[in-house]
Amino acid sequence: MKFSEIKDHLSQFRIGIAGAGGLGSNCAVALARSGIGTLVISDFDIIEPANLNRQYFFVNQIGMLKSVALKENIARVNPDTTVIAHTERLNESNIPEIFAGCDIVVEAFDRDDMKEMLIGTVQTRMPGIPLIIGSGVAGWGKNEKIRYRKIDDTLYVCGDESTSADADQPPMAPRVGIVANMQANTAIEILMHNKHL
Amino acid sequence: MKISLNNREVEFDKDNLSVNEILELKKLSFRMRVIKINGVLIPKDRYDSTIVKDGDNVQVLYLMSGG
Repeated sequence: MKFSEIKDHLSQFRIGIAGAGGLGSNCAVALARSGIGTLVISDFDIIEPANLNRQYFFVNQIGMLKSVALKENIARVNPDTTVIAHTERLNESNIPEIFAGCDIVVEAFDRDDMKEMLIGTVQTRMPGIPLIIGSGVAGWGKNEKIRYRKIDDTLYVCGDESTSADADQPPMAPRVGIVANMQANTAIEILMHNKHL
Repeated sequence: MKISLNNREVEFDKDNLSVNEILELKKLSFRMRVIKINGVLIPKDRYDSTIVKDGDNVQVLYLMSGG
């Protein structure tokens, strides 16, 4: 299949991205480059200097809301991708509203308890919508530990499922980028099978 | 009974164990996780009352901070 055909197909779809940090910003840019029609990106946080070790932002964007800055960056990468930026903190009650109409949701939070909350919410209140989790991205090296797992038609996991971020094992660009791009790759694989739109 | 635990066949001496009993027997405690049985997400507060039966497909997904 030619890239122009792939892009045309992907332009019909809408993907929700919960969090615009290391996983979310890199995943969103990969999806935009691939030609996804619409990205719904939600993050309440602002860009800090420490984020630039892995997140798809620039020095002159420090202090901006991440979802707003990411919309700006995606417009420079692929203006054909529509970005809907939300800046409220995600919770059990607003997740189904914010991501309503999305064909897939990508989990791109930092904290494990937020990941758990999102899984519970999407799996129970948005039945049938595939959810792609990132879990286990911290540190460096250990390429052989990073994996992809399909749990069922609505739940996919990318990451090593074992390393947790802390002061001695910070999240860094290479491993976070690998997992973010695995999440984007999973989303594209799901949508390329989805012919009935 | 025999169950599928993360796509591996696992055998237990007893039939009908609760989710918490399975976690204890397989030493899968103390981590942030999500559990699905036969495609259904099991809320944390039902790990004692939910019974795993012979032939069930149990998936445990570990959630690690960092993103």
